[in-house]
Amino acid sequence: MDFNQNYFEIFQLPVSFELDEDQLAARHRQLQSTVHPDKFVGAPDHEKRLSLQWATQINSAYDTLRAPLPRAIYLLALKDVNIEDNPQLDPMFLMKQIELREQLEDIGEQAESAALTSLDAFKADVDARMAGLQLEFAAHYEADAGAAEQAVYKLQFINKLRQAADHLEEKLLDY
Amino acid sequence: MALLQITEPGQAQDPHQRKRAAGIDLGTTNSLIAGVRGGVTQTLADHDGSHLLPSVVRYTDAGAVVGLDAMNAAQEDPLNTIISVKRMMGRGIEDLKGLGAQLPYEFAETDGGMVRLQTVAGAVSPVAVSAEILKNLVQRGTESLAGELDGVVITVPAYFDDAQRQATRDAARLVGLNVLRLLNEPTAAAVAYGLDSGIEGMIAVYDLGGGTFDISLLRLNKGVFEVIATGGDSALGGDDFDRRIAEWLVEQAGYKGDLSPTQLRTLLSQARALKETLSDQERATVQVAVDDFEFSGELTRDTLNSLIAELIDQSIKACRRALRDAGETSVANVVLVGGSTRVPAVRDAVAAFFGITPLSDIDPDRVVAIGAAIQANILIGNKWEDEMLLLDVLPLSLGLETVGGLVEKIIGRNTAIPVARAREFTTYKDGQSAMLIHVVQGERELVSDCRSLARFELRGIPPMVAGAARIEVLFQVDADGLLSVSAAEATTGVKASIEVLPSYGLNEHEITDMLKASIDHARSDIDLRILTEARVDAGRVVDALESALAVDSKRLLSDADIKMLQQGVVTLQEIVKGTDPAAINEGVEMLGKASEDFAALRMDAAVREAFTGQQVKALEEDF
Repeated sequence: MDFNQNYFEIFQLPVSFELDEDQLAARHRQLQSTVHPDKFVGAPDHEKRLSLQWATQINSAYDTLRAPLPRAIYLLALKDVNIEDNPQLDPMFLMKQIELREQLEDIGEQAESAALTSLDAFKADVDARMAGLQLEFAAHYEADAGAAEQAVYKLQFINKLRQAADHLEEKLLDY
Repeated sequence: MALLQITEPGQAQDPHQRKRAAGIDLGTTNSLIAGVRGGVTQTLADHDGSHLLPSVVRYTDAGAVVGLDAMNAAQEDPLNTIISVKRMMGRGIEDLKGLGAQLPYEFAETDGGMVRLQTVAGAVSPVAVSAEILKNLVQRGTESLAGELDGVVITVPAYFDDAQRQATRDAARLVGLNVLRLLNEPTAAAVAYGLDSGIEGMIAVYDLGGGTFDISLLRLNKGVFEVIATGGDSALGGDDFDRRIAEWLVEQAGYKGDLSPTQLRTLLSQARALKETLSDQERATVQVAVDDFEFSGELTRDTLNSLIAELIDQSIKACRRALRDAGETSVANVVLVGGSTRVPAVRDAVAAFFGITPLSDIDPDRVVAIGAAIQANILIGNKWEDEMLLLDVLPLSLGLETVGGLVEKIIGRNTAIPVARAREFTTYKDGQSAMLIHVVQGERELVSDCRSLARFELRGIPPMVAGAARIEVLFQVDADGLLSVSAAEATTGVKASIEVLPSYGLNEHEITDMLKASIDHARSDIDLRILTEARVDAGRVVDALESALAVDSKRLLSDADIKMLQQGVVTLQEIVKGTDPAAINEGVEMLGKASEDFAALRMDAAVREAFTGQQVKALEEDF
């Protein structure tokens, strides 16, 4: 397998944070149509193995590129910037995070219908922040990897917050 | 329904010889087999013309009886008549208590692991019971398609975990079946509808069987079926409707005693009959008298609806969750699968939730087997009018046990398969040479709330000081949704050997013992089969290499390489003329090795060139 290809090259897409998700999905389908194990059911074992390896690699590439956060982390890795587990973050940003967390907790204590309404507004706010940080990442990625890295750490926070909001919604809707 | 037409015969060596491929729906209540006859994909009937084989096996002194005869004996011989064995596949005794079902069986003592049922034929595992059902279906398939089956696709509920899938594969192995793929039931149904009526876009498959409920959301796009999300409940089905009705009967009769197995069976089959009548009528009368239990009265559809409302709600909740997982708010089509979707309250609830009238043009009992047969024919290489590819997902998250009984997720649910993830571990003691990794499946945070799949024991870690070893463990899930694990120490490259200790599966020894015990595998049979398999493998390698050389050798290989490979083909063809399977296998391996690099080059080229044709097409469309 040609391991030198990076994930963008596999899909023959430019190395960039901005990406056409429909095009990525279409190319993922095309590639799987070529390499998927279903196409190698009657093939000798060594071809089956190759097919499994390629199909797995293409799925990994697809999973990494289609969601913004893993895509951003991967883009940094291509510049040899590896994400730290306990990064230093802007105190102002952290204060805001604590505030947002508290806001979410308060929503959890409201009566169900009121909670769901507040939660919708909360999620919209979080999504807007997420979109802002994605723009920030894209703007800095080429010229200032350090600033792009900071945006990723913030995105990780916001992403977790968004998951917590989803979790609360699941609980409220009794899934 | 339009008939599914076959175009050209497959690329089998004899151009007139299509390969025989079948789809098998191994259901909780009924099982079916489908194949292509007269150019039409259809379910295959037995001698009496019935397509549904009751998934019931009765063990007698004279051997196993399968199907209707077994089912008819269920009331008189409940202990030896195994019903709904699918619910026991890959399950331990504790799980079955959790099913809420009063199972009228005697369970044999086991040291944990999968349950064993005590019968007159001794203790049997659910895998062996399923194998009996498969054997019966294969017999039917062999007669209907006039010859041995070359390969089958067996369907499983999308929600089946690794242990349940493995158990299904093991059952097929006991019968000596060539399983081309395990296919998720809802996906099979989508294939039958998608290729037949040409629907596109997001479709929901609502599959309510006897014992399991599955909801799958798939995106259909030019012959590619992409599973986006699956959900469901592996312990919810029409049997639960029956149980609710039976409970109602007990309540109405004012019966206070404990029900005997015979009484319970009778009540459940009465309940089932009532449910079926109420699918067409508004009210049904009932009269039961079994031992000291007596009741006669009337059940209306409204009462039935209130008895099962909670169960239907449970399924709708799973639909809502799947939609959410998929990030969708609506779907273009809904497909109904499973006999239990005949219940009007189910149809109404599904229609109300999705806001569209569900499709049910193809018999909901047969649609899964038909879809599986289509997939089987495509996989085995019989040519079809439609190009098709199925991209499926992992139904339940895979995780590892970490400190404090917590689960660390490795692969999340609804991740496209095949998929692999690597994790690095280290030793905590000087010179530590072994390590145990416990893999679980499920969405919860505590190990005790998830299903234990297997413990992988890594051995042969090179001796180092604590914390110095870097053991990279690779978790690979294949296209059947089955997990395998490999490991190597990163600094030395030493491969750790892995022993799999399945929590609810059968280990290799047990499988081998069962194979040996099977009277269908007389010695001469085994020898012949081994030789045939070796020759088939050899044919496969030669065919693949010859066609690859014809297409790609000039642009990818040097003349010397071409010559070497051609010589290899000739050598193997010579060896195959002999009758020594070991020699043939060795030859296969040698030629396989020799052609590995060539195969890799071709694959790389195929990936590079995958978009070329498409871009040309896109340009043409622009004009």
